[in-house]
Amino acid sequence: MKSREKTITIALAGNPNSGKSTLFNALTGSRQHVANYPGITVEKKTGWFQHREREIHVVDLPGIYSLSAYSIEEVIAREFLINESPDLVVDIVDASNLERNLYLTVQLLELGSPLILALNMMDMAEAMDIRIDTHRLSELLGVPVVGMVARNKRGIDELMDLILDMSRESPKPSSRLISYGRDLDEAIEKISQLLKEEPEIRDRYPIEWFALKCVERDKKILKIVDRLGDRGRKIREIVERVAHHIRITLEEDPESIIADYRYGYIAGIIQGAVKRKSEFRLNLSDKLDKVLTHRFIGPLFMLFVIYLMYDFTFWASQAPLELLDKTFSVLGDIVNRILPEGDLRSLIISGIIDGVGGVLGFVPIIVFMFFSIAVLEDTGYMARMAYMMDRVLRWFGLHGNSMLALIIGGGISGGCAVPGVLATRTLKDTKERIATILVVPFMNCGAKLPIYALFISAFFENQRAKMMFIITMISWVFSLISAKIIRVTVLRGPSTPFVMELPPYRAPTLKGLLIHTWERTWQYIKKAGTIILAISIVMWALLSYPKLPEGVIKSYETKRLEIVKDSLRKIDIAPDIKVRLREYLLRYAKGGPLKERPENIGIKDPEIEAALYRCIEKLNSSFESEAQNRIRYTIAGRIGSFFERFTRYMGFDYRVNIALIGGVTAKEVIVSTLAIAFSLGDEENSNSLPQSIRNDPFWNPLLSFTLLIFVMLYVPCLATLIVMKMESGWKWVAFSIFYSLTIASVVSLIVFNMGRLFHLGI
Amino acid sequence: MKKIISMRKMSVYQRGVIKKINAEGELGMRIREMGLVPGTPIVIQGKAPLKDPVALKVKDFTLTLRNNEADHILVEVDEEDI
Repeated sequence: MKSREKTITIALAGNPNSGKSTLFNALTGSRQHVANYPGITVEKKTGWFQHREREIHVVDLPGIYSLSAYSIEEVIAREFLINESPDLVVDIVDASNLERNLYLTVQLLELGSPLILALNMMDMAEAMDIRIDTHRLSELLGVPVVGMVARNKRGIDELMDLILDMSRESPKPSSRLISYGRDLDEAIEKISQLLKEEPEIRDRYPIEWFALKCVERDKKILKIVDRLGDRGRKIREIVERVAHHIRITLEEDPESIIADYRYGYIAGIIQGAVKRKSEFRLNLSDKLDKVLTHRFIGPLFMLFVIYLMYDFTFWASQAPLELLDKTFSVLGDIVNRILPEGDLRSLIISGIIDGVGGVLGFVPIIVFMFFSIAVLEDTGYMARMAYMMDRVLRWFGLHGNSMLALIIGGGISGGCAVPGVLATRTLKDTKERIATILVVPFMNCGAKLPIYALFISAFFENQRAKMMFIITMISWVFSLISAKIIRVTVLRGPSTPFVMELPPYRAPTLKGLLIHTWERTWQYIKKAGTIILAISIVMWALLSYPKLPEGVIKSYETKRLEIVKDSLRKIDIAPDIKVRLREYLLRYAKGGPLKERPENIGIKDPEIEAALYRCIEKLNSSFESEAQNRIRYTIAGRIGSFFERFTRYMGFDYRVNIALIGGVTAKEVIVSTLAIAFSLGDEENSNSLPQSIRNDPFWNPLLSFTLLIFVMLYVPCLATLIVMKMESGWKWVAFSIFYSLTIASVVSLIVFNMGRLFHLGI
Repeated sequence: MKKIISMRKMSVYQRGVIKKINAEGELGMRIREMGLVPGTPIVIQGKAPLKDPVALKVKDFTLTLRNNEADHILVEVDEEDI
């Protein structure tokens, strides 16, 4: 008996697309926490809820079809069930696809987990004329069964009640469920006897399950067996003997026979508890697929969907973007007014507000992009993309599942290379996986979007969606060609299986979409709020110190005073006006603002006015030259200047280099650093960044485009490099840096110089 | 007349019953755990734009396989269906 005070822990297990996350959301609402399993990077979602004054903790296991040891998700799920032994396992099962879903159920029963079967999507099953006798099903399987529709919350209360009731009962001793034929049953029995003598195994694992896994020749389990010494050898002998025997008599492997027996057992249960018309019928989903995966319509529709996503994203994010932009510029103005001139004001405005504002300012775009991706995932369309693209990806040495990594990484702009690299875990083959990891960073992640958005608004304002589309296509071309090059050179090898489910199309729930969108957006904001704030401040410091020597600043000031004196000498007007004019110009020369227009101090003669403006212009160019010198003198300026000798061939000056160096820490930093590098000179400049870039003679469409291509292809950000190291090792990180920098430089050189040659965009 | 052919040779909308899976290791395991075990009826649902992979209906869901994987699966079909 468990004490009443103890919290109950339940695990949610189930196939992908069985509605597991819908149920998890329905149970826990917003009381969720996402982390990673220790040491590895598969997401671990946990949450809790209260029911009848009891607190119930929920662990959402990864979606799996089986408990074999072939994928990391399967290993995680079964190790969690064995090591953490949750009070209950809720196995969520798609009632409209019962037979295949029960395959996992059977394996959970083999493992001896205390189980509740949650029969989800009962409405779908009813619509398909599948009648499930839940009482009979419960009797046959020996576990409680709840029929439910998780998305409408139908059956949730019943499930919660059942969870409480069940957790009060002490777990039943598991009994053997299925016979796998006489030969295998005997082998399992013999191995179990041997294992009973092994305390480490006996105390940690359900013995019969362990024995079953032995005859199934599960790699992980056999490794443990090999450590058992004498008894281990005996077990190995039994395993090999029975495998040999089955090969001779049945021409099959033991693992195949076991799978067949499991499905045989399931067929018996289905026969007893389910009534249906056994006809294959084309359901709505199949009819949709006839069109949406059609040889000609399918690919066109896919391109249309991607284009639509951009159009939607930019359309929807426009208003909030402007609002945020205004908010940050107002904030800057306020600080400007409150704080006296000096380092603190400069830090707050140029370091913090410009830096973080530059990043947060793009949150709307990211929100709507993530929302669109969530729609693709939740409707089931993403799987169709993988299906349609597999043949193409295979040409380039990748796999249909690489599609997901490439899309999440930014194949549809707005992703992130970090989860993109992590998504390569669904790829089983190491070579395909590493090849995918290496090319994912070429995609347009959410952090690159601000840079694209900035230059597109500066020079290609009327062709926003078109430009984004072109940029996307370019990054795909480079990813795929690079993948091919990598797969025929450093990572040569054959391709691996593509056994994948096409889940039925489903209307996504708003709640599910919002949770998906929010999770990813929040990760981005957290990153912006912490790493990027820190980096912005460091970058600000690198861009501010060391300051120009006093002497140099003095000489600039003296020079400006001379400009004023010189100009006044040439102007011939009434002495009282001249005094006011002198004050006016001196104030400006010392760095003060132009408070009133020159007409207001009594100047009416156009000739004098022109002379006055000439003077102001001279002062401005002196200010500019000082600002340029100031930035060049800083640490960042020195580094950037050093690299100018290489980068000037693609048009980048030291300020661009500074931003690109900052961008290695996180791509978002490029925009904020450019903002600092281009606005540090005059804090009063209230022009928005795109406008000041458009007005700056340094920038032109060709240079912008070259920079966009360079940013697309050059070194992955720090976070991605770290994840790459985790997934593939330092060797590949070094390779990636070298490889991407080479490609980026070569391509940018070609683009910039071809453009200049043909006078395009200058 | 019944005839046994490899799944790759089946045409779209053709029906059949799985006879044998000639694949071992991970591929064999993946194929089986998705429900493609001997005795299971299937129908070819469609092919991707480049005729590969193939989508088939098995039990109550749609599964995709590459042609070179379908090669390992032997299916019994009615001869007149071909």
